Amino acid sequence: MTATKRRSPGRPIGLAIVGVVFALVAGACSGAGGGGGGGSSTTITLAAVDNPSMADLKKLVGDFQSSHSNITVNIVTLPEDQLRQQVTQDVAANSGRYDLFTIGTYEVPLWAKKGWIENLSPYIAKDASYAPDDLIPGIRGALSYNNNLYAVPFYGESSMLMYRKDMLAAAGVTMPDHPTWDQVAAAAQKVNSSSVSGICLRGLPGWGEQLAPLDTVVNTFGGRWFDQNWNAQLNTPQWKSAVTFYINLLKNAGEPGAGNAGFTECLNAYNSGKVAMWYDATVAASFFTGDAAKNSGYAYAPTKIKDWSGWLWAWSLGMPSSSKKKDAAWTFADWATNKDYAKLVGTKLGWGRVSPGTRTSTYAIPEYQAAAGAFAQVTLDSIAHADVAHPTVDPVPYIGVQYVDIDEFQQLGDQVSQEFAKVIAGGQTVDQALAKAQALATTVGKVYQH
Amino acid sequence: MSTTAVARRQFPTSKVVWSLVGWLVVFVFFFPVLWMWLEAFKTEPQAASSPPTILFVPTLEEFQQVMSGDFPPFFINSATASILSTLLVLVLGLPAAYALAIRPVKRTRDVLFFFISTRFLPFAASLVPLYLLARDLQLLDNIFALAAIYTTINLPLGVWLLRSFLLEIPPDLFEAARIDGAGFRNELVRVVVPLIAPGIAATSLICLIFSWNEFFYAVNFTSSTAATAPIFLVGFISGRGLFYAKLAAAATLASLPVLLAGWIAQKQLIRGLTMGAVK
Amino acid sequence: MSFIAGTGGVRVQTAASVARREGWLRRLPLLPAFVYVVVVTQIPFALTIYYSFFSWNLLKPGSFRFAGLENYATLITDESIRTAVLNTVILTVSVIGISVVLGLAVATLLNSEVFGKGLMRTLMIAPFLIMPTAGALIWKDTLLNPLFGLLPSLLGPFGLGRVDWVNRFPMATVVAVEVWRWTPFMMLIILAGLQSQNPEVLEAARVDGANAFQAFRRITLPLVRPFLELGALLGSLFVVQTFDSIYMLTYGGPGQDTTNVPFLLYIVAFQGFSIGQASAIGVVAVILTTIVATLALRTLFSIFQVEARR
Repeated sequence: MTATKRRSPGRPIGLAIVGVVFALVAGACSGAGGGGGGGSSTTITLAAVDNPSMADLKKLVGDFQSSHSNITVNIVTLPEDQLRQQVTQDVAANSGRYDLFTIGTYEVPLWAKKGWIENLSPYIAKDASYAPDDLIPGIRGALSYNNNLYAVPFYGESSMLMYRKDMLAAAGVTMPDHPTWDQVAAAAQKVNSSSVSGICLRGLPGWGEQLAPLDTVVNTFGGRWFDQNWNAQLNTPQWKSAVTFYINLLKNAGEPGAGNAGFTECLNAYNSGKVAMWYDATVAASFFTGDAAKNSGYAYAPTKIKDWSGWLWAWSLGMPSSSKKKDAAWTFADWATNKDYAKLVGTKLGWGRVSPGTRTSTYAIPEYQAAAGAFAQVTLDSIAHADVAHPTVDPVPYIGVQYVDIDEFQQLGDQVSQEFAKVIAGGQTVDQALAKAQALATTVGKVYQH
Repeated sequence: MSTTAVARRQFPTSKVVWSLVGWLVVFVFFFPVLWMWLEAFKTEPQAASSPPTILFVPTLEEFQQVMSGDFPPFFINSATASILSTLLVLVLGLPAAYALAIRPVKRTRDVLFFFISTRFLPFAASLVPLYLLARDLQLLDNIFALAAIYTTINLPLGVWLLRSFLLEIPPDLFEAARIDGAGFRNELVRVVVPLIAPGIAATSLICLIFSWNEFFYAVNFTSSTAATAPIFLVGFISGRGLFYAKLAAAATLASLPVLLAGWIAQKQLIRGLTMGAVK
Repeated sequence: MSFIAGTGGVRVQTAASVARREGWLRRLPLLPAFVYVVVVTQIPFALTIYYSFFSWNLLKPGSFRFAGLENYATLITDESIRTAVLNTVILTVSVIGISVVLGLAVATLLNSEVFGKGLMRTLMIAPFLIMPTAGALIWKDTLLNPLFGLLPSLLGPFGLGRVDWVNRFPMATVVAVEVWRWTPFMMLIILAGLQSQNPEVLEAARVDGANAFQAFRRITLPLVRPFLELGALLGSLFVVQTFDSIYMLTYGGPGQDTTNVPFLLYIVAFQGFSIGQASAIGVVAVILTTIVATLALRTLFSIFQVEARR
């Protein structure tokens, strides 16, 4: 005797069958999200990296749609590595999921060469008010191929040293505007105590995490990834001294948990007063709060042999060459990167939130200078002096300051940074790590040696 | 209930002691989730403060930020994919489990092994080929295609689980049904289903949770129209700037529907206990 | 044995064809699931095998070329696959072993007389409900982080405040987080199994004077053993494929200390975009898992015995 007849037995199965049939029949109607309007409306999908600038763009997209009622914009946000993977896959396999995407200075030259992304110069030429010369030259160059712009910059950054003036003063340390790494190490040691670490440096494995600042250190110590014949150079004294310096600085005066410290962890540490200095992206200063915001000083990226060691990175909007919605996509990209957009962000969301590092005109706006003043100049200068074509003391066959602009670098950089992370964790020596890294890099170098 | 008579003979403190032990264990397991829910009501600086903020004034600020975007479509898509795939697992899996437990087919062992062998291939190996196939079939960004993939992932699990629960049914119940002249369908429905209600509830819950939380197939096979809750969630992991409170808020929201499903499944599990006693 | 219904004496079917028909009747309920799985899983698997014989990098258009056994040969010399296999074994055995024991303990607790069982059950499922990615991030950054995590600040007074758990003990951290995730799964299965037991048998034992532990060992444990094995088997299927936690907690490192086979595959397929190589690793993974699973099912598990009792 069945104890309950809480549901008639056939019904759930029947419902299920109906559901399945419905699902199969309605295959064309694919889901609940997105969907444009009817008639002449175009829907474009933008795959965007998750950072605050993009979050602001999402908030302001309504402004775009009210002035361009025939274009609907869907913005899909993903963390950087997921975004990069999805967009790369999409473009390489021509699947057309995205009509516009944020790509970095790493992808643009590579993909432009492969013909994967659209040359935007003709589109720019059609818009009289776009003012491409207003784009900061270093950024513009990094997003160009054969002198044509293949992506338009949305956000740009270099690297700089940020420090707590009060903490350094209390320890009797003054920081020059253009410090050397030795000076920074000495200062870090002096300020370092049991409650406050001298400096925060990224240790989190990843070609875009730990390797970004480390690479700039290698560059300024005189090292390079490959020589002109694509021989890997990781077994050179310059690499050894740079990596040893970086890791020793972390061990002696760096933050605890360095092996897992990325941008966010160091930002937290700096904001809560747990570290006195921080070498990282120029945009970091816009997130300072409390005491950190009131007492921070800014110096240019520390150097050793080579001047101006700051990195160069920009997130930009590009579109696939195979897109069928190029005009709509360009309309949006134009709107999001022209001079007026900065003013829109400033007036609607606050002048501190304007995207840094893209246009010279932004830095001339008095309200922006007032809000971002202290580090705006350092940002602008650092970007201006970062040269992706000549990042090192000796000439190199590749472009890229904090990365090597080749397809294999993502995997190579990740693997090499993992080996360094192991040194930080105490699992191997610098020599062992460099030996493994050299082997990995040599394999990659061979691909380019003919 | 006869068990209370037995309980009275034991020391009452034993119940208290075991309850305390149980609650301690549950607390340890539940704490990270509780902590995440707490983080959701903090501001960003509070959420990542050093030392951690224990006492604070709750705010809905981060929830507002999370919900200011367009989140319902993500949740609807997740619900569609999860519920559809779970239903499909039950529809396909119950008869299959029956065929492997009650009236076994000849090569049951091989069939069972085949089912689990489909889970041996790591997703990253077959994903690109599958992705290209979906592209060619125009099935990218299609929630029903995603539901079909989830069914595949969960079906071996469902078949094995349901088979085990079916094996627990005493054979005499089937004899009784057969003598009554019941055919296969009646047998299944009148006898089997109510008895393995806890099993069906547990299986459904597990399948729902797996489908709801699945990220990698979702992110590879969808873009905007069919994007699911996990994609909405990771969209708050920012490379520049603090995000823990927002992530916690989004994760709290995302876990509410499955929590509800778990609560419903609880009732079925409790029903099962009642069944057992009446037996 | 089925009776041949019909007019007495007239044997229109032979015993063999009756058996065949009976066989197909038994197979019928199985067919939908079986066909579905074959279609949706074997086609991608066949494609994977196919691609494993080609060299193809998605980032290099026009690089698709036949490579024979080249991808497989690389695996023999490559140390990373051996490390990955070892890590997979360590991770799986640790996680399944610990979570089955814990799951059994908790299920037994929840099946006995304690206060607030329903609430305990609901809360206990919570770790399993949270998306693995979010859960791992919460663990890494808000609980274990030496700078602002909760655990180090609690351990501070004991002098353990600066220990970087995730970096110094990567495998242990991954195992701990996975055990945290999978114990509810084990508990659910074992609990459902416990509740389908007949409580009168346990009572009879108690009446006969057996104490709780004896009753547990002699009666409950053997009865619940199929569910323990089931949980272990099904759990292994998923834990072998652990990816989200590693991705978020340690990214396979430091070095390659927590790279398991699925993670290695991810790096090869989605960082290096080397599809042919990834396919080859996948095929080898299937072969190795098949061998291990066959051995395990034959020797360890009793659930695999088909009970032909009907």
